[in-house]
Amino acid sequence: MTTSTAPSSLAVKTTTAKAPASKNRFWSGLIFLVAALYFLIPLAATFYWSLRAQKGVLGFEAYRKLFADTNFLPAFSQSIVNAIAAILISLLLIVPTAYWVTLRLPKLRSVIEFITLLPFVIPAVVLVFGLIRLYSRPPLLWTATYSSSRVLLVCVYAAISFPYVFRAVDNGLRAMDVRGLTEAAQSLGAGWGTILFKVIFPNLRTALLSGALLTFAIVIGELTIALYMAQHTLGPYMADLTRSKVYEPSAMAIVAFAITWAALGIIQLVGRGQQAQIAGGH
Amino acid sequence: MKATQSSDAQIANTTVGGAKRPSRLHLAYWLGVLPFFIFSALFLIGPTLVLAFRSLEGLEGGLTLDNYRQLLSPTVIDAYGMSIRISLTTAILGGLIGFLIAWAVSIGGLPRPFRSLTTTFSGVASNFAGVPLAAAFVYTLGRVGVVTALFKVFGIDPYKSGFSLYSFMGLSIVYLYFQIPLMVLVILPAIDGLKREWREAAENLGATPVQYWRSVALPVLMPSIMGTMILLFGNSFGAHATAYALTGGLFNIATLLIGQQIEGDVLHNPGLGYAVAMGMVIIMALSILIYSILQRRSERWLR
Repeated sequence: MTTSTAPSSLAVKTTTAKAPASKNRFWSGLIFLVAALYFLIPLAATFYWSLRAQKGVLGFEAYRKLFADTNFLPAFSQSIVNAIAAILISLLLIVPTAYWVTLRLPKLRSVIEFITLLPFVIPAVVLVFGLIRLYSRPPLLWTATYSSSRVLLVCVYAAISFPYVFRAVDNGLRAMDVRGLTEAAQSLGAGWGTILFKVIFPNLRTALLSGALLTFAIVIGELTIALYMAQHTLGPYMADLTRSKVYEPSAMAIVAFAITWAALGIIQLVGRGQQAQIAGGH
Repeated sequence: MKATQSSDAQIANTTVGGAKRPSRLHLAYWLGVLPFFIFSALFLIGPTLVLAFRSLEGLEGGLTLDNYRQLLSPTVIDAYGMSIRISLTTAILGGLIGFLIAWAVSIGGLPRPFRSLTTTFSGVASNFAGVPLAAAFVYTLGRVGVVTALFKVFGIDPYKSGFSLYSFMGLSIVYLYFQIPLMVLVILPAIDGLKREWREAAENLGATPVQYWRSVALPVLMPSIMGTMILLFGNSFGAHATAYALTGGLFNIATLLIGQQIEGDVLHNPGLGYAVAMGMVIIMALSILIYSILQRRSERWLR
């Protein structure tokens, strides 16, 4: 309880006053317990159902059936590829932009930040509405085929990731000496490409990883945009599954929870709890 | 910040090599951010502007506000009303409960591991939404859900006494699953910002814990709490996937109404559909704006 002498200014520690401490602790424990029940019961109930697919015994039949479904793996792999493509596009756009703005155009900063926050202002269902109206008829016919729609979907996912990726990259850039590193690299004869890919990207590893994983967690099971763009990805597949099957959706929900947990867990491990993101994709 | 800006200007001037060609260099600067602007215009701004423009278009062309006037028609009012009710309820409840949890694990006296457990889980839960979340609650509080079955063991059938997962109350319970964790994540740093000196000073002056909270802590935290609740409001107002997965898209809230309008012109007036969509954007923009203003105000204290 006396570790508050740590030199890091990040950890602001607050200790409770001695007198009402035990009373506080009682209420804290009660609040925590009730909250834990609310958050864990749905997970436990889902897990319980996922074990009941075989009559009379508890087992992993629902998971086996889920993975054996001929539609599951194609949808899953398609979503993974989409997510990775979206992450790459987002990083390749945001990192140079944030770097350039920090270095040369600080006045543009608030404009860029405002644009990256637009996905919070435009709900997904409104965004896809606009996309369909803009790109489903000439002169900008983009939704003509499945694969062209898929390209559009990936680009929109990249745009949706802007708030998370920009914030992560921006925090990362603030933590390093952008100007010093750039001048050092330049004086050694490096061009802009070399500076970006050999100096800036490697120095942003942690930030890029957390931005990328958060994007992955949000995009992998995205429903709304994929649904109205008629894409056979994980989100629409899961929605179909919940309507047509009894036990498989429970296995699927557990798998989805595990994926989210893995992505966010790695961010915590790598980023040492510096996350304070705003959620999205509901 | 000021210092880096001015040194930036100096560097810019020296690299130009005199003040002869500043405009060309300026243009080159802008090229660096051009891809980002083009991309945003194609996939964020463009689609929204199309909706904005179409919402101002009358049935026979020409600019009009007719579509916005029709927002007052019963279907639309019902949908917006239900969306606002759910969002207000889950924002206030989620805000209060989230604040209590954040208090419990920070200054409430629980051991340190509870806190890291809570933040990690909140990160996961605030991103655990959409179809899997809806499914999890169907297995819990649906007609054959585990908790529903438990109630029946005790002789109460929730579905016979008016409860339904596919209603205002059901949706609110589900939404709280991502609302509460979001509140915890955003408000924890604010609670951390309460300085120990303030509490000590209050105690030295003879203040009771209640007085300390009422006169010092809460006034300092209020902008953060209100701001985050407004953020929660927007978070739930724009939610589509969870409600769609839970109700099959047939519940009358604003996001689902837009979904139905995309699939087929259920409002029998495309222009009205665009106006409904723009109405959502306006409400979301307002909530984010108020949130950022309040957040900035709270930063004055919590630095």
